[in-house]
Amino acid sequence: MTGPRLRGPVFVSADRGPADYTVAVDALAAVGSRVRRVLEVVQDVTLFCVSVLRSAFFPPYYKHEILEQIHFSMIGSMFIVMFSALVAGQALAIQLARELAKQGAKSELGHFMVISSVRALGPVLTGIVVASRMSAGITAELGTMKSSNQIDALIAFGTDPMKRLVAPRMIGLWIALPVLTILGDTLSVIGGGFVGLGYHVTFQSYYNGVAKYLTPANLLVGMIKPIFFAILITTVACWKGLTSEGGAKGVGVATTESVVISSVGILVTDFICTKLIFRVLGW
Amino acid sequence: MIDLPMIEFRSVYFSIEEKDILTNVSFPVPRGQTRVILGPSGSGKSTILRLLMGLWMPDSGNIFVNGEDITQATPERLREIRKGMGIVFQQGALFDSMTVGENVGYTLLEDGHPDEEIEQAVATYLAQVGLDPELRDRMPDELSGGMQRRVAIARALAARNPEIILYDEPTTGLDPQSAERITDLIIRLRDTMGKTSIMVTHDIADAFKVGNRITVLDRGNVVFEGTPGELNAANDPFIAEFLAPFRKAVAAATQRMEVRVPGQVPGRGDSGASRAQPGGAP
Repeated sequence: MTGPRLRGPVFVSADRGPADYTVAVDALAAVGSRVRRVLEVVQDVTLFCVSVLRSAFFPPYYKHEILEQIHFSMIGSMFIVMFSALVAGQALAIQLARELAKQGAKSELGHFMVISSVRALGPVLTGIVVASRMSAGITAELGTMKSSNQIDALIAFGTDPMKRLVAPRMIGLWIALPVLTILGDTLSVIGGGFVGLGYHVTFQSYYNGVAKYLTPANLLVGMIKPIFFAILITTVACWKGLTSEGGAKGVGVATTESVVISSVGILVTDFICTKLIFRVLGW
Repeated sequence: MIDLPMIEFRSVYFSIEEKDILTNVSFPVPRGQTRVILGPSGSGKSTILRLLMGLWMPDSGNIFVNGEDITQATPERLREIRKGMGIVFQQGALFDSMTVGENVGYTLLEDGHPDEEIEQAVATYLAQVGLDPELRDRMPDELSGGMQRRVAIARALAARNPEIILYDEPTTGLDPQSAERITDLIIRLRDTMGKTSIMVTHDIADAFKVGNRITVLDRGNVVFEGTPGELNAANDPFIAEFLAPFRKAVAAATQRMEVRVPGQVPGRGDSGASRAQPGGAP
């Protein structure tokens, strides 16, 4: 017979009785169970991601759905990305211009704006803005389809939901995100140029700095990230939508989690990508 | 030559997270007949359809479709077998981003049929379920619940003209007139087109009206299997308790009808409870 569950220290020393052992064993079991659940989720998401990539790379393709998704993610997100990038670029330029002015290096504003916008701010900002909009939309749509048996209906009529629902969203984001990132970078850099005028940095001087540092390597750093962001956003949003349970409330919870995980995931992916790219380029 | 049942469940067990959902479920469905799976909510009725569609796999036992054991089928083969079935889900499960026409013609479009052929087929199947083909451009949420179910039946029929049609609570939540139309349609499809079907329901009146044979489930166990007449005569305490509200409603309605028109059988529209007498099914 096991003893009553006691509140007590988890660590067990030699002079402690059987009840303390029970507490320790229970605590270890709880931790073990939690770790197991986390590992199961990681395994499920990884397998789902592999399945998403396989669906995106191999035919058949649902062309109409792909075009629809490109339109939804690119045209639908365009204004908000442009506006965010312009505002964020100007804010960044104000900070940089002030500091550079103190150092007597105002002419370097274009240089710093390109590095910051194209390599870091542009992709991350675009990624987060698109993730907030798209993950919520994708999770809510797929979650609602699941709770109203529409996913089962697709399977019943011989359609692979990965091919019809998930792959078009992945391909759509693969096309839309880099384009939106370029647009965001451009607006961010242009916004910086206008701010520079206020700090007596001429357009010509600003342009020279931009042109000098807008190198293929810098562009590459900024263009690789959106590809991984697209994989992250699609995987998380579709997985959350397709595994949501509990009707409208469950879909709501899944949508919130999807936005949070995608947004935080973009920051983590950005860090990992930056680290890896720098290592590969030997910077 | 032995006439194999079109569908057969043989000693099927199914559980989710160690909770038993179905225990030793067995029944055949001969070609061209309708089997009704009857039982209270949570008794495992819809699970039977999901297993039959191959959406879930049983823990043990065999499920035969046209003589082929689907529990042994590869995913590709399963997809092929599914093409021979049409399903009408609870609440219809119409694709809400598509028009009525796109829903009905979905499988034809998937199979690459030309547009004119799809247009024609959509009009034919909508007419077959008693809907105006002009509805094809409407969105599902613009239709009433009964119309949505009929579109779902049209979609199931258009799905490669299946030999088997599965109905998951097709009349739940519908007004009596719409429910009547749906059950009449199900009977017509069986009698005129020879469709083999399974209908899952908790509506006893529907079960008596539509079923050639009825299986009653209680917490995943088969507690009755037989004809509607046999069900009405069954002495089992669970059956008696399960049928009691229905019998009471029929008796009350009959009494009311006898007062008004002696000898006339009440319909659902009259009583709001039932439109068939126990044992009065085909």
